[in-house]
Amino acid sequence: MEAIAVRRKIEESDVAAAIRDVAAHLDSADRELVLDFSSVGRIDPDAVCALDDLARRSNDKSIKVTLHGVNLDVYKALKLVNLTSRFSFVN
Amino acid sequence: MIASEAAQELIRTPSVTDGLSAERIAYLENLLRRAKTAAAIFTQFTQDEVDRIVKAMVLAGLEKSPYLAQLAVEETRLGVMEDKVIKNMVATEFAYHYIKDKRTVGVIREIPERNLIEIAEPIGVIFSLTPITNPTSTVLFKCIMAIKTRNAVIFSPHPKAWRCSAEASKIMYDAAVKHGAPDGVFACLESHTLEDNAYLMRHRDVALIDATGGPGAVKAAYSSGKPALGVGPGNTPVYLEKSANLNTAVVDIILSKTFDNGTICASEQTVVIDDEIYDSTLGKFAELGAHICNEQETKLLARTVIDPQTGFMQPMAIGQKASDIARFIGLAVKPGTKLLIAPIQGVGREHPLSVEKLFPVLAVYRAKSVDEALRVCLDVSHAGGIGHTAVIFSRNDEIIRKFGELINAGRIIVNSPGSIGALGAVYNDLVPTFAFGCGTGGGNSTTDNVNIYHYLNIKRLARRTQNHMWFRVPNQIYFNMNAVENLRQFASRCSVVVTNAVLEKNGHVDLVRRSIPPETHVHVLVIPDAEPEAKAILQGVETLNFYKADQIIALGGGSVIDAAKIMKLKYESPQADLEELAAPFLDLRKRVVQYPTEKVTHARLIAIPTTSGTGSEVTPFAVLTDKKRGCKITLADYSLSPDVAIVDPQFVMSMPKNLTADTGIDCLTHALESGVSNYASPYTDCSAMQAIRMVFKYLPIAYEQPDDEEAHCMMHNAACIAAMAFSNASVGVNHALAHALGARFGVAHGRANALLLPHVIAYNAAVPAKFMPSPYQQGYVAHKKYATVADLLGLGGTTVEEKVANLIAATEKLLDRLGLPRSIEELGISKQEFERAVPDMVKTAFGDPSWRSNPRMPLVTELAELFWKAYYGRGVTKMAVSKQTA
Repeated sequence: MEAIAVRRKIEESDVAAAIRDVAAHLDSADRELVLDFSSVGRIDPDAVCALDDLARRSNDKSIKVTLHGVNLDVYKALKLVNLTSRFSFVN
Repeated sequence: MIASEAAQELIRTPSVTDGLSAERIAYLENLLRRAKTAAAIFTQFTQDEVDRIVKAMVLAGLEKSPYLAQLAVEETRLGVMEDKVIKNMVATEFAYHYIKDKRTVGVIREIPERNLIEIAEPIGVIFSLTPITNPTSTVLFKCIMAIKTRNAVIFSPHPKAWRCSAEASKIMYDAAVKHGAPDGVFACLESHTLEDNAYLMRHRDVALIDATGGPGAVKAAYSSGKPALGVGPGNTPVYLEKSANLNTAVVDIILSKTFDNGTICASEQTVVIDDEIYDSTLGKFAELGAHICNEQETKLLARTVIDPQTGFMQPMAIGQKASDIARFIGLAVKPGTKLLIAPIQGVGREHPLSVEKLFPVLAVYRAKSVDEALRVCLDVSHAGGIGHTAVIFSRNDEIIRKFGELINAGRIIVNSPGSIGALGAVYNDLVPTFAFGCGTGGGNSTTDNVNIYHYLNIKRLARRTQNHMWFRVPNQIYFNMNAVENLRQFASRCSVVVTNAVLEKNGHVDLVRRSIPPETHVHVLVIPDAEPEAKAILQGVETLNFYKADQIIALGGGSVIDAAKIMKLKYESPQADLEELAAPFLDLRKRVVQYPTEKVTHARLIAIPTTSGTGSEVTPFAVLTDKKRGCKITLADYSLSPDVAIVDPQFVMSMPKNLTADTGIDCLTHALESGVSNYASPYTDCSAMQAIRMVFKYLPIAYEQPDDEEAHCMMHNAACIAAMAFSNASVGVNHALAHALGARFGVAHGRANALLLPHVIAYNAAVPAKFMPSPYQQGYVAHKKYATVADLLGLGGTTVEEKVANLIAATEKLLDRLGLPRSIEELGISKQEFERAVPDMVKTAFGDPSWRSNPRMPLVTELAELFWKAYYGRGVTKMAVSKQTA
């Protein structure tokens, strides 16, 4: 079966809500999900919770989630909460 | 859940989760998760953002200071509300004043002169225990410190101060979050237990424990295996010395000891008063509202406020007013009594009131002498307060310093109140704090007033430093034929010519004499023509002293010039210990033993070499032989360099051919080794390269045509030029091996160098098994420098490898032309004998300082290999080179 990659741009104004929306609509048919973080300069605790939830759900549905364009400050914050191992990262 | 893995880790350790329900663990995990996330998010914040939040928190804390003080007194029933307001204000305003302009985000300090940059890294989640005695001020202070440093804190307040501490934490949290701090940055445990604390203290996600509390809490923190900041117990001794301003001292002690009813652990506990002022001091205390207990009252006080079983203060007395304590124990005192003063006669369990008393009861001791006073203060400090705080009132700076040196206390407060003085920033320039580090004496890791810098990991970005280098040679070098005539310009009352018998006999000394101004008295000192011994040096120094010489002229080879250098050293600085000065060193600028700079007399040293090899006329080295112990003492210091060098070839025209060859190859080895040395610089390179060119061109001529003046002149100059290079860049492994070989088998130095030279070039040109640390060089360049030499000599070759091979071949050809032996075997040394000698020679060579500037770090096995290559000689080198090239 051909792998389908779904791409979604995340805006800094509402990172958590956007991720929750993605998590709520995860479809097992999608083999890969790419979230474009290139517009996100900073994340907040809510976004961390949303990403944690997304990581759990995507794992349950065997969907690979790739975060694209994550800046170093955000990457470090994700590293400190042990989230980097649960996503793939592409610049 | 993010922290679930960490929780599982602890759940697998039953002792940590004992007494905790699954719900409780989930509660604690949730706090941790929020705190950890907040700390992670906080790493994205800028200094400006942090500072804005801090300012808002400080203002909120100031506004709520009276409210929190009231709350603390109501809940804990300890202390004085008015004083707690002050504490809260110090914890906010004074702390802010100290930190407001301090950088705590990103680069916090640049030290350009050391090429260092300090960068702040937050700690993460801090688990903080707070005390009953300062329950709100401590929380306010720690919250401000944590935000300033971008950390999250979980508080575990003292159970009897939970409500006020939690309220302080909430006020800080609300102000912080309102101004942008991440959610969850502070949390306060609800009605917690020791099991909660144990769980959190061992949790993977807690980065630091900050325990401000009793000894139990501090011990638990330090026992957790986590990095911890703890405070130690106090028992502040005060020395009231007779020169003190009594009015100031008495008021300061009363205000300090009664501040918040004595709950600050830095407050005064026992005042040791000089006999001369004892009665008047107690009179002043009484005048200002203290009650002086008589013997019976003191006994009563001791029985009631100190637990006779444990020897520690009774909790019921902590933070209570003096008048209330007096009423409670049935002591009749005047209304408004501020302080109970109890005279004691000693320190220890038999004197119960000599321990810490966090209430307004003060012990006093009459000291008959300064020594007795200091001893008692030391005893008090060691009776439960090592490392904490000590106080002295005195105008005698010597005694103040003595007190400071004697007492082990993180804070030694001078002529000011102990408690407020220790808090910092009010009476002195100590860093404001609510946590007193007590050093190892108090079981802590620091003696500091705990502050923002203890809440940071400070990273140091260290750029590669290009250490300054040098090029030092005598400032006057005269060369070419008849250069000796330059001696005329050096005025001298008395000159001693140090030389050997041969040179005196063959008329060289007369040549020198003729050039010395006629008004100079000249004495000739003939020494043996061998490496100088201590006896010859001492005789030389005696001669110099006898004639009060102001000039030494060294005429001879390396041994004579070396002897003259050491004579000058001992003549000018008789205290110089030659053995000590010969101590090994790695870097000339960091050597442990320094050469003497104080001189009792001065003498100019003029060196006139009579061989063309050692270059001793310009080097800072001298070798002394200790025949008794069978060893050599090598001295190295630029102060040994001659003041003037006269490189006149007329003194070498009569050199025997073999000496021309040996010394010429020594010169070539100096140039080649300094050329590839780790200490080489453009300044030494130009000398080394020029010397190499001159040796290859003129040495064969000087050897084959002993009367050729130009060739000898050029070789004489080449030796001096090569010496200028190695004086500043040093030599290398060739010399280390040659020294060992020469010492073991009596092989002349130049000849020993020759036997090893082709092998060492091949060795240094290959990829090292081990690189030598070398801040002066950019990468490994030895092979390229050999290739440059080959280019200079016009040896041909297109690749570096070919050029190196050509240089080795040219060197071998030169050695052949000079008739030098090409293998150690040729010297008549049997293989068995050599085999027996190799281990010792390797040991000697490895201990030789010469190789420390070699571009390649020699392994012991490699030194042995080099010896064997030199033993078998020609052919082995060719094989080695072809192997490397392949």
